[in-house]
Amino acid sequence: MSDYKEIIVKPIFRNNPILLQILGICSALAVTTKLETAITMSIAVTIVTACSSAVISLIRNFIPDSIRMIVQMVVIASFVIVVDQILKAYAFEISRQLSVFVGLIITNCILMGRAEAFAMKNPPVASFLDGIGNGLGYSLVLVVLAGIRELLGSGKLLGFTLFQTVNDGGWFQPWGIMLLAPSAFFLIGFLIWILRTFDPSQIEE
Amino acid sequence: MEYIQLILRSIFIDNLALSFFLGMCTFLAVSKRVSTAIGLGIAVIVVQTITLPVNNLILNHVLKDSVLFDGVSLTFLSLISFIGVIAAMVQILEMTLDRYFPPLYNALGIFLPLITVNCAILGGSLFMEQRDYNFTQSLCYGFGSGTGWALAIILLAAVRERCKYSHIPAGLRGLGIAFITVGLIAMAFMTFSGI
Repeated sequence: MSDYKEIIVKPIFRNNPILLQILGICSALAVTTKLETAITMSIAVTIVTACSSAVISLIRNFIPDSIRMIVQMVVIASFVIVVDQILKAYAFEISRQLSVFVGLIITNCILMGRAEAFAMKNPPVASFLDGIGNGLGYSLVLVVLAGIRELLGSGKLLGFTLFQTVNDGGWFQPWGIMLLAPSAFFLIGFLIWILRTFDPSQIEE
Repeated sequence: MEYIQLILRSIFIDNLALSFFLGMCTFLAVSKRVSTAIGLGIAVIVVQTITLPVNNLILNHVLKDSVLFDGVSLTFLSLISFIGVIAAMVQILEMTLDRYFPPLYNALGIFLPLITVNCAILGGSLFMEQRDYNFTQSLCYGFGSGTGWALAIILLAAVRERCKYSHIPAGLRGLGIAFITVGLIAMAFMTFSGI
């Protein structure tokens, strides 16, 4: 039992896919201008990672080695299509804001990375949990980033005003740059810096 | 004129790497040296210029509403067919290069498989679908967005090569500073948006 717990918890903190393995950054940067889109994206990625890892692990003994990439890709793509269609049907507004990034879950390196590194060697239940763990690790970074960007960029969280902005007669001057592309890079850079200050074993030479 | 505008726009303003964050994983992993960055950049331009028009043809002549069967829209299959086309194109390109241009294959060979999972390529195709480009437009967009990505990675590699000899705080060394450099390059590119 403690094994399973280890599998879920490890990727969230000690082996975070975004901050330590530097996988799947593309979408992490693009969808984090608002907390709402970031949460939707996190849920989508977690579900797809968990399900595709479980399925790939189920069929791992039948996949010929030479075409394993294609098989993994097809499994992942099928789940992404399902998620994409569900979002379009039930949360159209968010799906429109996420635009192409739901589709781009297919090429999110976390998925291929976990499929290749974990699901091909482990039984389905463990792979499913590993997928959930990595998805949650990804979600954690996304939510933190999106929280900072939305709060400082527009003074709101999830659409509720926390800091009254100057334009609405309040005191808070929004940091316009937080809503633009470069701030995402800076924030991840600083997150990595903070993390490595507390965990010096990660420092690169 | 419209096409030139599209190309310039996709290189400088709507830069895939710097304003849409596409292809970041390879972008950061392969930007330590200028020579490898140039190799990967060229590979991306070639693959992007080929796959976008091909995906455009598939989208318009197979998947669109009521093209293949009356009243049936297959656009929900676009994701899986795009990624299939990209993987196949990369494979074909790799074999062609290996057979006819061995020196080029030796230079680009290791980058080609990386490109299959590069989200810049799939992202380009998805933007093409979203913005409803026609064939010529998608050709221009493919070339332009590939060039923009290549330009960004070469710039970053050049900066990172020089960073090697400077004193950077221990925790920022490597990836941390790379992210901040990209941020600064992205800010510089934002000045183009007025054009």
